Amino acid sequence: MKPRAFDEMGGFGEGCRPCYAALKRWLDDAPSDLLDQRRKEAELLFRRIGITFAVYGEQAAQERLIPFDIIPRVIAGEEWRKLSLGLEQRVKALNAFLKDVYGNREIVRAGVVPEELILCNPYFRPEMAQLRLVGDIYVAIAGIDVVRVDADTFYVLEDNARTPSGVSYMLENREAMIRLFPELFARQSIAPVDGYPDELLATLHSITPRRGEEPCVVLLTPGPYNSAYYEHSFLADKLGVELVEGRDLFVRDEMVFMRTTQGPKRVDVIYSRIDDDFLDPLVFRPDSVLGVPGLMLAYRAGNVSLANAVGTGVADDKAIYSYMPEIVRFYLGEEPILQNVPTWRCREPEALAYVLDHLGDLVVKEVNGSGGYGMLVGPAADAATRRLFAEKLKRRPDNFIAQPTLALSTCPTFVGSGIAPRHVDLRPFVLTGADKVRIVPGGLTRVALVEGSLVVNSSQGGGTKDTWILGE
Amino acid sequence: MRIRVSHTTRYDYSPPAKSAIQLLRLTPRSHEGQHVRHWRIDVDAQCRLKAGEDALGNITHAFTLEGPIQSFSVTVDGEVETQDSAGVVRGTVERFPPGLFLRTTALTEPDDAILALAGEVREAMRRDPIAGLHDLSGTIHARMGFDTEATTTATKAGAALALGHGVCQDFAHIFISAARFLGVPARYVSGYLLRDDGLVVQEAGHAWAEAHVGGLGWVGFDPAHGLSPTDAYVRLAAALDYHGAAPILGSRYGGGQESLDVSVRVEHARRQIQS
Repeated sequence: MKPRAFDEMGGFGEGCRPCYAALKRWLDDAPSDLLDQRRKEAELLFRRIGITFAVYGEQAAQERLIPFDIIPRVIAGEEWRKLSLGLEQRVKALNAFLKDVYGNREIVRAGVVPEELILCNPYFRPEMAQLRLVGDIYVAIAGIDVVRVDADTFYVLEDNARTPSGVSYMLENREAMIRLFPELFARQSIAPVDGYPDELLATLHSITPRRGEEPCVVLLTPGPYNSAYYEHSFLADKLGVELVEGRDLFVRDEMVFMRTTQGPKRVDVIYSRIDDDFLDPLVFRPDSVLGVPGLMLAYRAGNVSLANAVGTGVADDKAIYSYMPEIVRFYLGEEPILQNVPTWRCREPEALAYVLDHLGDLVVKEVNGSGGYGMLVGPAADAATRRLFAEKLKRRPDNFIAQPTLALSTCPTFVGSGIAPRHVDLRPFVLTGADKVRIVPGGLTRVALVEGSLVVNSSQGGGTKDTWILGE
Repeated sequence: MRIRVSHTTRYDYSPPAKSAIQLLRLTPRSHEGQHVRHWRIDVDAQCRLKAGEDALGNITHAFTLEGPIQSFSVTVDGEVETQDSAGVVRGTVERFPPGLFLRTTALTEPDDAILALAGEVREAMRRDPIAGLHDLSGTIHARMGFDTEATTTATKAGAALALGHGVCQDFAHIFISAARFLGVPARYVSGYLLRDDGLVVQEAGHAWAEAHVGGLGWVGFDPAHGLSPTDAYVRLAAALDYHGAAPILGSRYGGGQESLDVSVRVEHARRQIQS
């Protein structure tokens, strides 16, 4: 029988794909108790490192270990080359779009994207209008979620242009794999990922507003209660920059300073992992204690750069997502290399009618939702859940988009009963500096550990895998 | 009419604050019906007052103070020549199309109370937008009582409406929230009002709303008085809500109790000698 989903190792059942050949041989030869033992070692390793992820709404386990699966996800070098070209094109278009959104909005004038979707978007920040950023870089760090449906087709599921997380797992997973399975790395050429911190630092340096001086970079975190705090401290450590909270910074005469034991130190680039809303109580939420009062004054004066820029959320909004193919064509004059998942915008009456009629076949998502919250996976939901969701949809149609349920590719994964196929996605990280684009080959592979599940989000019980890009 | 404004805000800290930062939107721009004859901002402390413009085109001044700060005052003094334009506002600096002012903000997010209010004027609005907006302003004026204790600067439009009490800021937020819900771009305006009852010394500045009406452009509505602004109004800044137009926003580091003393004088310019 032909399985419905494309398997990264076995394709549509035609046998082991070449990029998995070496791994499969090793898996076949390895005694099963060895694999079991390595799995236990892997779990211990991660517990010791303390890599955790806070799950909202789960009081009992404020910090939980994200399950790590030791069977890597393998992508052939040739496949990656095409994928990375598509990623670079996509992020270039995102940056051009943001420059325009906060500039003259030619794309609205041209009738490509409705004005309302931009001006009334909750993530649109009027405060960014007419601001010139170093190198016109808005999205310096992008996490583009892609899924695969067959040997040749990758779809972009989501653009993460605000504060994409997960890169620490990419790095930690690789370190763990090298420790656990050195023999596998000796057998074939696997592209390294450990250059990521250097590439990120170079990217951040490239957008400093003060040329000719060694830039002072800081990583701004909301603090230990944030779900991604582990990653913030991990990255600050790898980058060799200070991990700061809002109260460690202050603004004087439109410049940002860090409090240090040797007195104030001028800050040039802020790698911000704080939501825009909390950045500056003088401009955004006045009750925020996480931000830096006056930060936007320094930003607007051109005395500090933020990565990512304020207001990038308007580009990764799911309603804007549906326009991405047009956005790529509009700014770059090229056909998109990566495909978009066909998307129904429920704000359009015919689309809404179609979606309500086909709820059982579709995935319906909140326009501004993330982390897999507030979404309906039609085929997996019972009639009552669908009915409830239909009511929500009818009340605020403009708040939702719908997409067909894709047969995401599967990857062999350790489960209770042995090795079985589980659905995966991939989040590669694209770094855009004023000088060039940098993409570390690989990314974070997330796996839905529940049989048949398509939700890979770690907040919804997903796990991760190491991602191998093979050399040629 | 020639209006003279003198507005002082004094901050006292006990114990002294370590540092402070403030963002002021305290300088009016000239437009049709409003000519700024002269205007001065003064901070009585050692600092650099940096003039600028916010994203919506309002004039801003920002400054930081290094402590210990026991007290400081921000004072504006100026004179504005005004003409009655029946509420129609022309010649203002506009950095965005009116569509921006359909955005919801935390302070103006419509809730069920706002929806019900909007429902009451929906029909009138459909027939004649201007009459509908006057209806809305008049309804708010009739239904809301003036009370400086009932709300704070963080009170949302819907909450104030449910309370039935508030200050001009709440009245304006209710108007904006309902108008936007009905698809009419609306914005918050801060400024000063020369009162017709002769009360020169006031506790605070004034706030009202503007709505964008096809064919006319921006039109002012003052739901606190149930009428459109006249030549007794001095327009300071316009934004999506109070937070974006606030005359003074500040933050300080360290220090104890903050006490605030505000004095606003709005009078006919010719009377200034007697004051």
